[in-house]
Amino acid sequence: MNQYIPKGTAKVSARGLDVFYGDKQALHHIDLDIAAGEVTALIGPSGCGKSTFLRCINRMNDLVEGARVSGTLTLDGNDIHDRRLDVVQLRARVGMVFQKPNPFPKSIYENVAYGPRIHGLARDRAELDEIVMNSLEKAGLLAEVESRLSESGTSLSGGQQQRLCIARAIAVNPEVILMDEPCSALDPIATAKVEELIDELRDNYTIVIVTHSMQQAARVSQRTAFFHLGKLIEVGGTEEIFTNPCEPLTQGYITGRFG
Amino acid sequence: MTDMAEITAAPAAAQAAARTDVIARRLARRHAAERRFRAIGIGAVVVSVAFLGTLLFNILSNGFGALLQTRILLDVAFDPAVMDIGERRDADSLAAADYGGLVKAAMAARFPEVASRGEKRELNALLSNGAGDALRRMVQDDPRIIGTTRPIWLIASSDLDMAVKGIMPRQAGAEGLRFSERQLAWIGKLEAEGALARQFNTRLFTAGDSREPELAGLLGAIVGSAFSLGITLLICFPIGVATAVYLEEFAPKNRWTDLIEVNINNLAAVPSVVFGLLGLAIFLNTFGLPRSAPLVGGLVLALISLPTIIIAGRAALKAVPPSIRQAAMGLGASKLQTVTDHVLPLAMPGMLTGTILGMAHALGETAPLLMIGMVAFIVDIPAGPLDPAAVLPVQVYLWSDSPERGFVEKTSAAIIVLLVFLSLMNLAAIWLRKKFERRW
Amino acid sequence: MSEHTVKSYDDELSHLSGMIARMGGMAEAQLGSALQSLARRDDDLAHKVIDSDARIDELDHEVDSFAVRLLALRQPMAGDLRHIVAALNISGEIERIGDYAANVAKRVLVLNQLPPTSRAAGVIRLGELVQALLKDILDAYVDRDLDKAIGVWGRDEDVDSRYNAVFRDLLAQMTGDPGTITASTHLLFIAKNMERIGDHATNIAETLHFQILGTQPKGERPKGISPGAQE
Repeated sequence: MNQYIPKGTAKVSARGLDVFYGDKQALHHIDLDIAAGEVTALIGPSGCGKSTFLRCINRMNDLVEGARVSGTLTLDGNDIHDRRLDVVQLRARVGMVFQKPNPFPKSIYENVAYGPRIHGLARDRAELDEIVMNSLEKAGLLAEVESRLSESGTSLSGGQQQRLCIARAIAVNPEVILMDEPCSALDPIATAKVEELIDELRDNYTIVIVTHSMQQAARVSQRTAFFHLGKLIEVGGTEEIFTNPCEPLTQGYITGRFG
Repeated sequence: MTDMAEITAAPAAAQAAARTDVIARRLARRHAAERRFRAIGIGAVVVSVAFLGTLLFNILSNGFGALLQTRILLDVAFDPAVMDIGERRDADSLAAADYGGLVKAAMAARFPEVASRGEKRELNALLSNGAGDALRRMVQDDPRIIGTTRPIWLIASSDLDMAVKGIMPRQAGAEGLRFSERQLAWIGKLEAEGALARQFNTRLFTAGDSREPELAGLLGAIVGSAFSLGITLLICFPIGVATAVYLEEFAPKNRWTDLIEVNINNLAAVPSVVFGLLGLAIFLNTFGLPRSAPLVGGLVLALISLPTIIIAGRAALKAVPPSIRQAAMGLGASKLQTVTDHVLPLAMPGMLTGTILGMAHALGETAPLLMIGMVAFIVDIPAGPLDPAAVLPVQVYLWSDSPERGFVEKTSAAIIVLLVFLSLMNLAAIWLRKKFERRW
Repeated sequence: MSEHTVKSYDDELSHLSGMIARMGGMAEAQLGSALQSLARRDDDLAHKVIDSDARIDELDHEVDSFAVRLLALRQPMAGDLRHIVAALNISGEIERIGDYAANVAKRVLVLNQLPPTSRAAGVIRLGELVQALLKDILDAYVDRDLDKAIGVWGRDEDVDSRYNAVFRDLLAQMTGDPGTITASTHLLFIAKNMERIGDHATNIAETLHFQILGTQPKGERPKGISPGAQE
């Protein structure tokens, strides 16, 4: 296994990370560094543990009954599973975008304003307005929704909903954005828009994306990690992984030889 | 190559044809089975609609009569001498005045030829014992009418009411006739002069219970039901919602919560009489709360509806897609924020619907209320939840048990009122659901 | 490597390899025939070589469009991607080899009009060396034989030195006997064609290396001292 060590310091770093769901071990001793300011794609067949790893980073696995974690997972060197670290604080730093667009059944404005509101990021209405507008702008959605901010978020198209969810995530100004198959429910045009957005966001955020589409991983990421049966098989530059992977398993997976 | 293809093609075509045949035969059977099932379904619906229709028709045809009441028009002279109050006009005197005397005097004036005591008694029997009540109210409202003469529609006796409505016979010599020939003649005369008429029965909605069918009203029971349900709602809704939210969103899934869940489901199936006994033992005997009080009734009904509301509430919470919770959690909302900001508003229509249906169920409960003594005969309209009161279904039960012929249609009328309230509550549930139903 | 989950993808990839092998076989035969026509001063054979070149060009186009189709429809990754890209590359190289063979045949037609020269033998020996090189690299392609490919890659040096010898020889002939300048010039070009074919065989070896390992062969490409540099 070739271990990719990022040039800069690692934003997120896993060392010997094991995750159990009850008796079942979902992740086996993962060592993985995720560099700041890069898009890291996690690929692998269903049930390989890539989503589990993703959900460890903002401790969404806490919600799963019977989930246990051992080993260390750090964000800027601080242990994510430290008891002293409040999960609310962690999730403000590590945002998440889900597989299915899941806007709240509230207005577009409220969807984006919710995060800053609960974290008290805006002192007054004007500041909140600014955050909302900025986030929508960054998510490339402002032009499309500017005239109907009070309409329900669920009235948007699927692709717009997903970009609204991204706007909602960046409104909290996180350092890391986790994306769990963000385009699996979108058509190619909407997918392209989201991918373009990911590319733009890369400058300001560290992005980790789980995807089943190898082409998408190839298009949007700089680093790719391949998981199989709960193990990290290979991690490396995306170009390398998709042109000349080291591990036969990786080669087999990305060329469609098992699955 | 081509030969080979032809050789294999021929049997393949035959096989395909045979297969199509087999499928076609099975298809006919399948369609027949489907038609049979549909016919059975329609039959079942027709039968149940027929039952319901018969029931409703029976109740409505019986009960609509009670909405009208027979009254007799008399010129009443408010003579202070007859009223036996002289020059006193204070409230006590007016309340204690002899209004029966006024009625009798008016009747005597109407039929001056009646002289003998026996005849007078027969004549006065045409009017209700409570005919004077209306006069008392008029005088109390406006004492200045004392000394004047007014034409007033006075409530006829139940027997006369029944006879006018054709429920009881009024021909001379008919079996079960309750009138003498003299009375029949007076009735005929009143009718001919237009002084006998059926009018809307306001007493049904403004008076409390009475031993006299023509005087009995539902207001006491309606107010009693309202107090009981108010208490039930105040207790049930907060406890039910809190329990549902805790069990569904916060409680760990372990043996204890499983046990609690099973017990809640079982409680929903416990016969309501058992809750009545529980209420009797705890609220009346242990805590010494008053008998027949809507407070106790409300508490017992709360016990009955609580499981229903909790179950409905949990179902409503379960119906909220997990993606909404994840979205809120992913933004860093705490568990409580997630529930109060997102989950609860989405589940609320379902919870309200469940609550209203639970309340409607409670409104119709009789048995447990009998156990806590809400079956007493209470004339006064309850002024608070601690006053003794009846409730609508108990009133139905009481009236249906009364021997007087006049209570038969009253019972149906009470059932109609009960059904109207139930329908209104169900409509409210539907309206709430439609209004707050959100797509996600 | 194990099979693809989608069987038809495997079939298509082996079809692509088959086309390359067929092209290679044809180019080999063309080269052989061209050398033979030179040795036997056979006009008919030379004409046949010239005519047959069109078939190789045709196959090259077929490989191109088939590879593009695969790229578009299968969106190949990693080894498959290298396989297809290599096929595109190699088919181009083989097509060039075919062109050189045809060019040799054209020059044979001219040489056949001139009196025979003894110098042709040296050129033919150079040609046979190149022919062996071409055969080896095509075998290496069919067998995915990395060692053989590296061997071919190393042997280009031999071709270059043999070419330099032929070059000097022909130069001497021309200065010695100006009457043979026309024939010697054609022989010189034929020798140059052989040297070029050797280079293309080396290119194929490099491409094969890339296809199998994903990297270029390490070290300086073996390059003899070019005759031009010597002048």
